[in-house]
Amino acid sequence: MEFMDLQKIKSTVIYGLEETGHISRFAGRFFAQAFRPPFEWKEFFKQCYLIGYSSLFLVSATGFIMGIVLTLQIRPTMISFGAASYMPNMVGIAFIREIGPMVTALICAGKIGSGIGAELGSMRVTEQIDAMEVSGTNPFKFLVVTRIWAATMMLPLLVIAADFVGLTGSYLIESTRGDVTATLYFGRVFSSLVLGDVIPATVKTFFFGFVIGLIGCYKGFFSKKGTAGVGKAANSAVVLASLLLFLVDFLAVLVADIFYTI
Amino acid sequence: MMSASTYDQTKPLLVLKGVKKAFGHHQVLKGFNLELYPNENVVILGKSGSGKSVLIKCLVRLIEMDEGHIEVLGRSMADVEQDELDAIRTDVGFLFQGSALYDSMTVRENLLFPLRRHPGRMRGRSEAELVREALGNVGLEKAADLMPDELSGGMKRRVALARTLILKPKIILYDEPTTGLDPITANEIIQLILKLQDELMTSSLIITHDMDCARVISNRVVILQDGINYAQGTYSELARSTDPKVKAFYKEVQNPIDG
Ligand SMILES: Nc1ncnc2c1ncn2[C@@H]1O[C@H](COP(=O)(O)OP(=O)(O)O)[C@@H](O)[C@H]1O
Ligand SMILES: [Mg+2]
Repeated sequence: MEFMDLQKIKSTVIYGLEETGHISRFAGRFFAQAFRPPFEWKEFFKQCYLIGYSSLFLVSATGFIMGIVLTLQIRPTMISFGAASYMPNMVGIAFIREIGPMVTALICAGKIGSGIGAELGSMRVTEQIDAMEVSGTNPFKFLVVTRIWAATMMLPLLVIAADFVGLTGSYLIESTRGDVTATLYFGRVFSSLVLGDVIPATVKTFFFGFVIGLIGCYKGFFSKKGTAGVGKAANSAVVLASLLLFLVDFLAVLVADIFYTI
Repeated sequence: MMSASTYDQTKPLLVLKGVKKAFGHHQVLKGFNLELYPNENVVILGKSGSGKSVLIKCLVRLIEMDEGHIEVLGRSMADVEQDELDAIRTDVGFLFQGSALYDSMTVRENLLFPLRRHPGRMRGRSEAELVREALGNVGLEKAADLMPDELSGGMKRRVALARTLILKPKIILYDEPTTGLDPITANEIIQLILKLQDELMTSSLIITHDMDCARVISNRVVILQDGINYAQGTYSELARSTDPKVKAFYKEVQNPIDG
């Protein structure tokens, strides 16, 4: 029994290392082509639109609810400290630095990551990617480079939307509990934020978008044959992207912390 | 129909020598040889899973062979760089088994996709004109604005053919052009292939296990069996073969000899 488990751990570790190698190579291929013309502008803008449009409602709705929930949860504690007037500062920092980016990224990993994984997976399985290749065009550039760029560019915008809607939700709760105006509320939010909050929080959202696009494309582009392959591509894109998002977040916080302390 | 002896035998368009390919321990191709000459229609017959698709994918380097030599239009495929490979690929049309239409694009966009990336192939004509001509060739003038999922299987095959032909390739590779179609539609596709073949003066390699298709289209048949070019000859020559593995292909055909 123990021996079996050891074998299993060993093969999991090997698989993990191999997968890391493959993904790194895939990312390398992206950077090798990402800045080299000709660009597939039309496909890029189409993907930006699809990614932004398809997730905007979901991201906003989630952000709104998170804003309300967070406010309701934190409020009693803040009151017991006699710090109820610091609610905007507290919620603002929590949202801009962590909750907005992370919730948006996880939602997008589910929606965009799986969407790209399934789309490219089914194109692989039905030989559409092969068809592009034999017509003398570069499917990596047309499909992968455009989608990774689009995800990287759109995620920060979606995060801004989530932040804004979330803080609005929080403000609505605050305004029912005391007479705080929107100007006062958002004024306090912004005054509590320093560049050290906003810059790392924004920079990391580009990385989040990159990770979601990269993993979705990687899983889809190398999807195994058959409909089961497509399902697996979509599913594993979500799982792996979510995992990596936490890793990127962790690294981002570490790095930002170094800048803070010096 | 063109007889086997009328084509120019001087310079082969395609040469395969000792092509080998394995997936893990599964040796699919074990040294396949073939030459395709101008104006020839060669059918490769093989049972399903015998490695027919692997073979033609090796030809255009969608799959890298393990060993062997492949020459397309006089150039050794193993040696070419990406740019030259792309150029060669535009001279080699490929019709995929499932048509492989881009399902997020309209029929028109499907046809324009290869064309826009190879503007040199437009021969000074407008996009609209070329699309109209390509669709006219396959009898689908009105389908330009439809999406692939609005088309029947036979129409998809026609659009895929139009998309392949729009670059005016010198060689066309067909991966089971009639599989998955009802007999009537299959026959329409076969007739269409013959007609276009004649008009555009292309040479073809057709892989199939459809004996009707082999009988009508081929100048020469090569049987892919056990990973090699097991037997070859005209359709009726092979029909008279006494080899049991060759005979197996003709088993279900009604009157093999006078076909
Ligand atoms: N990418 C691949 N990985 C592993 N095995 C493959 C791959 N492609 C094809 N094969 C195997 O090669 C054999 C021949 O496949 P194929 O050429 O598609 O057959 P067919 O003659 O029906 O076209 C099959 O056994 C198939 O499982
Ligand atoms: Mg096949």
